[in-house]
Amino acid sequence: MIGSILTWLADGAHWQGPDGIPTHLVEHLTYTLIAVGLGTVVALPLGLLIGHTGRGTFLVAGVTNAMRALPTFGLLVLFVLLLLPHVTTDLVYQGPGEAVLFLLAVPPILTNTYAGVQNVPPEVRDAAEGMGMTGPQVLLRVELPCALPLVLSGLRAAVLQCVATAIVLAYVSLGGFGRYIVDGQQQRDFPQMASGALLVALLALVADGLFVLLARLVVSPGVSGRAVRASRPGHARALARARGRFHPARSLTDARP
Amino acid sequence: MSGAFDYFDRNRDTVLEWLGWHAWLSLVPVVLGLALALPLGWLANRRRAFRAPVVAVAGLLYTVPSLALFVLMPVLLGTKILDPVNVVAALTVYSVALLVQVVADGLAAVPEEVALSARAMGYGPLRRLVAVELPIAVPVLVAGLRVATVSNVSLVSVAALLGVPQLGSLFTLGFQLVDTGPIVLGLLGCVLLAVVFDALLVAAGRMLTPWRRAVRAS
Repeated sequence: MIGSILTWLADGAHWQGPDGIPTHLVEHLTYTLIAVGLGTVVALPLGLLIGHTGRGTFLVAGVTNAMRALPTFGLLVLFVLLLLPHVTTDLVYQGPGEAVLFLLAVPPILTNTYAGVQNVPPEVRDAAEGMGMTGPQVLLRVELPCALPLVLSGLRAAVLQCVATAIVLAYVSLGGFGRYIVDGQQQRDFPQMASGALLVALLALVADGLFVLLARLVVSPGVSGRAVRASRPGHARALARARGRFHPARSLTDARP
Repeated sequence: MSGAFDYFDRNRDTVLEWLGWHAWLSLVPVVLGLALALPLGWLANRRRAFRAPVVAVAGLLYTVPSLALFVLMPVLLGTKILDPVNVVAALTVYSVALLVQVVADGLAAVPEEVALSARAMGYGPLRRLVAVELPIAVPVLVAGLRVATVSNVSLVSVAALLGVPQLGSLFTLGFQLVDTGPIVLGLLGCVLLAVVFDALLVAAGRMLTPWRRAVRAS
């Protein structure tokens, strides 16, 4: 069975044209990036604000819990059917498609940004204020850089969530790697389905790896502990201990379809 | 809304059968996942050398989309594509990946003096785990189980794309019939299942930790 998947992937015909792997890759990435981009625009400032002011925390828990229980696939087909009588262009599929991915992207970015700002040690915040920084300065120059590892893990969760869920968009006639899974199922073509699944899994793993690299690039060495670790190993251990509560090892992220 | 109830009245038996399947497909993986995650998480917590690889592998498995796992399971297990076993196996992998870290975190959070007191009272490693450490880890375990169970309910519905019958079949059906009734019914069913499972887990967590209530009352 593995052989038939490799044969399918190696077939040059599957690498070109409107049903080729590059086309569907671009579609898959476009759906994901639009949704995560819109999600970031909404959720990042909101999370920063809630974390900074401590107001509206109920919103964070409520949004996350509600979204976890709602099946995205059901929402997608419902939105399409509700729009069908009113919209005649292709937007009738693209709109709901992006909308459900957006709904998935918001909770992880919102909760992680909020948690990141919330977890900044009060003495760090006090020190910044003591130095004469104003509220916005504290937020942007101290709290945001300190929260960056968690903000990035929220973005990572959002991207993975959207990459995984963009598969179901193919069911409502949109593109992306989901096409191979949906078409393969209808044509009883298992190698095509499995290849599609493999491509999505690979895309998720690559995206995951890119976020590890991104974190290395943009997180301040002082926050990640790399600078200290390199120069003074003993000191780094003490720092890591002190940081125990500052960096929750991992936040519970949501499962992905 | 009324369309959903009309549809339910006319197709009561099928819908209830799908509801049963849905409950089964979302719960079994959590039970199996917990059974596998307990020893693995314990080992990861006990032996430092195990922790990094276990957490890394769990993270990697958790990165793979579950729908992709549904499809790839027949390759790994030699099952048929429509076999519900694929869904159970894929979600079990997923639940283990999530719960291993939860179990390790929960056991790591047991205060050292408590573990030492149990040891001083003559508790062996196994008895200490079952009678002292696991009960203390219950709140963390319940939190992890709630995430795993509630997200499974949502993930199972996607298996409708592969033609595995459960509440998600109402979504594909409604789409084919251009009727929102079955879709709304499916959404309501999924949310209902999730809320019920969540409430049961919270209740079980409270029953297993009577000392927490005692402290709150006094």
